Amino acid sequence: MINLTIDDKKIEAPDGATVLEAARLARIDIPTLCHDPRMKPFGACRLCIVEIGGLPRPVTSCTTPATEGMVVVTTNSKLERLRKTTVELLLSDHPNDCMVCIQAGQCSLQELAYRYGLRENRFKGAVRQHNRVDNNPFIMREQDKCVLCGLCVRVCDEVEGVAAIGFANRGFESDICPPFKKDLDCEFCGQCVAVCPTGALSGKMWAGQPRLEQTRSTETTCTYCGCGCNLTLHTHADKVVRVTSRPDNHNRGWLCVKGRFGYEFIASPERLTTPLIRRQKGGPLEPAGWDETLDLVASRLTAIRDQHGADAVAGLASARCTNEENYLFQKMFRAGIGTNNVDHCARY
Amino acid sequence: MAGLATKFGSGAMTNSVEGISRNKALFVIGSNTTENHPIIALRMKEAVARGAQLIVADPRRIPLVKFATLWLRHRPGTDSALLNAMMQVIIAEGLEDKDFIAARTEGFAEFAESLVKFTPEFAEEVTGVPAEDIRRAARIYAGAENAGIYYAMGITQHTMGTNNVMAVGNLAMLTGNLGKDAAGVNPLRGQNNVQGACDMGCLPDVYPGYQKVALPAVQAKFEKAWGKALSPRPGLTASEMTGAMLEGKLRGLYIFGENPALSDPNMAHSIKAFNALDFLVVQDIFMTETAELADVVLPSASFAEKNGTFTCSERRVQRVRAAVSPPGQARDDLSIIHAVCSRIDPAAATSSAAPAEIFAEVAALWPNMAGMGYDRLDGDGLQWPCPTADNPGTPFLFKDSFPREGGKAVFSVVPHVLSDELPDSEYPFVLTTGRELFHYHTGTMTRKSKGLDAVAHEPFIEINPSDAVGLGIKDAEMLTVSSRRGAIRLKARVSDIVPAKVVFIPFHYKEAAANMLTSDALDPICKIMEAKVCAVRVEKAAA
Ligand code: SF4
Ligand code: SF4
Ligand code: SF4
Ligand code: FES
Repeated sequence: MINLTIDDKKIEAPDGATVLEAARLARIDIPTLCHDPRMKPFGACRLCIVEIGGLPRPVTSCTTPATEGMVVVTTNSKLERLRKTTVELLLSDHPNDCMVCIQAGQCSLQELAYRYGLRENRFKGAVRQHNRVDNNPFIMREQDKCVLCGLCVRVCDEVEGVAAIGFANRGFESDICPPFKKDLDCEFCGQCVAVCPTGALSGKMWAGQPRLEQTRSTETTCTYCGCGCNLTLHTHADKVVRVTSRPDNHNRGWLCVKGRFGYEFIASPERLTTPLIRRQKGGPLEPAGWDETLDLVASRLTAIRDQHGADAVAGLASARCTNEENYLFQKMFRAGIGTNNVDHCARY
Repeated sequence: MAGLATKFGSGAMTNSVEGISRNKALFVIGSNTTENHPIIALRMKEAVARGAQLIVADPRRIPLVKFATLWLRHRPGTDSALLNAMMQVIIAEGLEDKDFIAARTEGFAEFAESLVKFTPEFAEEVTGVPAEDIRRAARIYAGAENAGIYYAMGITQHTMGTNNVMAVGNLAMLTGNLGKDAAGVNPLRGQNNVQGACDMGCLPDVYPGYQKVALPAVQAKFEKAWGKALSPRPGLTASEMTGAMLEGKLRGLYIFGENPALSDPNMAHSIKAFNALDFLVVQDIFMTETAELADVVLPSASFAEKNGTFTCSERRVQRVRAAVSPPGQARDDLSIIHAVCSRIDPAAATSSAAPAEIFAEVAALWPNMAGMGYDRLDGDGLQWPCPTADNPGTPFLFKDSFPREGGKAVFSVVPHVLSDELPDSEYPFVLTTGRELFHYHTGTMTRKSKGLDAVAHEPFIEINPSDAVGLGIKDAEMLTVSSRRGAIRLKARVSDIVPAKVVFIPFHYKEAAANMLTSDALDPICKIMEAKVCAVRVEKAAA
């Protein structure tokens, strides 16, 4: 354990913690833009600056290890002035687009502009223009909204292990080149989209749908593979409009392309919407009412059992459906029909 | 998973996903983890970044190979020879964990004896992997303080799938990689709730919680709980059902949430069987290939429209919650099954169709879930065994003993068996099947999601450049691929992902269903069909 003082508060932090981590443990707020606890510190945005007793200049708290006896100040008029200037510089070449930006309400930059009351900008200048058309169905890129925090580059490299994104050029012309310069490697997991603090990266399928704040959230579990990732389904008007995942769950908020972007089937016009009965062999399947259909299923299955024995009936359960459904299904065959002929098709 | 249950008393993933990043060595065999279990693969990559050694055994150059210390490219269907040879090396070089073997296992002497002939040189002939690489793999795996094994359908979908799993279990026992953190034997489940469907007793020989139908005491327990006389006869497995339908022994079938007409190996045969039924009910969210054959189709709810629980690979029971309503008159599966069951026999139905109450009924019948209830499942859920209401769940199994009589794990002798169908002059290629990242199973859901279908919208066959040259085939050219059971047309993807004389087809696409070609030869023990290996002929398609 390390003992240090932050803003006059005595704090105990675990060994190896950074000043930022120690402050967050003590619920002391330090603004950040390029930090994500799931990745290595980067030190790019300089919003997390703090003063440390004995050091001449402010340092970035996300990259500075906490040490025994350290005395830290996270806020004073000088630090706030520096932070405000940093945000002003970021806004100087940022399009004033919040009104129509998909990220409004969730955007870290917008939040900082609000916090520092930045309406007019002292540094108004050229806005970088480097949007380009991307031919992929998932990821929308508005490069002029990029604040070069590097989170997307790092998540793709450190977490996904793909490194499909890189930095191109330097300085004002710096440019994040996601999926599309090294197109072939991208797995469309959308990790980069999930960590982007601004509207620079978003889901193409989300465009024109309600923003996150207008949606209702439901916590659930992915329907695809055995990883069992936790999902948050965002719905609006009885429709799933976006899928996200919380960073504090067992999959740490990471998802794959299926979990993140594979939700359109839910509202597919091809969904079955009514019971169907084939009234004679070889004939068509015709719509029918529930009562009639359920009666028919029960009577045909019991008739077969009564005539040919319980073992002439069988059920195939589903590795895709819930435990409760599977339990009741096997119970129906064992206790209701009287056979152990129940299996599921995917025993692997 | 008959193999592991025999050896350990439980067939589930022994360890947790979180612990993967703390493995010192990882051995991945028969699992294209990055594409089929992408988030589990992230933990593997993290382990490598932290300095772990990764061994990948796969005939294909799967994406994980990029991260591997050592890649063993064995011939399809030769997994157990490879595994046996690794174990031969471990014993020959004295790398086994003698304390673990003495204290926690049985059957070692006979097992060790059976390995003598599996020298790396012998295995090199069978598998095509250089003997020296086999030695290296054995040393890496056995030399690590804690090492995990990860496998999936790639080794189970064979006529000798059970043997492969037994061999994998032997390897972990031999090195004491069981009953401790960040190690173990870890089958990665293909579908979201395979684990749960097994746990819930959707298997012909066991009630919920793997309690055997053939044991009178178990039968009595369930007769009492359910208030009904029950059959002591184990039922038919899914693959045995096909034969029973064709013989007229099985006449009524109720399928829910699966599409076996497309996913079963030897599809044509399965379709014939479904057509032979007197009555087929299919409950699903789409008009699947199987639903097309039904007498009654029941429209049900997607995962986003219902409440319940799923149990993922690592035995983690988690909540599923309704976010939207089912379309039209579709209903959630639980109410449908409850309504049918109440009509068949009200005494057999649960008192209500409320998921929480049904969950409580299961918890009362299976000690491993006895401590769970919906009130405890918010957040990340719980990993079974969770026997009491204050138990935090179990991240890894077998800490103190194995749930077998005597408490020890048993070594099994795994003989040298060849795949049921080997290539010959008429069918000179070995076909393997599998999944790709962008689709799931028969594509029922993913192919109806525009984005996914756009990036992966047509079937293909991977073929090695040298074979392509030999056959005069160009990339993207249409080919006809045939086996003893059928033929399909699809595009060539010339790639060294596959070795020479091996071809790969993903099985998601109904317009060129790989399962028209595959074999339904059964593993004699666990009755999984040999979907992974069969012999095919490849030629340019007639225009
Ligand atoms: S979608 Fe995933 S793989 Fe593609 S660039 Fe973003 S993080 Fe990398
Ligand atoms: S695209 Fe987004 S995540 Fe990437 S550097 Fe720019 S602002 Fe950061
Ligand atoms: S998000 Fe992807 S990795 Fe996670 S459970 Fe779903 S399909 Fe599996
Ligand atoms: S958060 Fe520390 S520099 Fe960006």
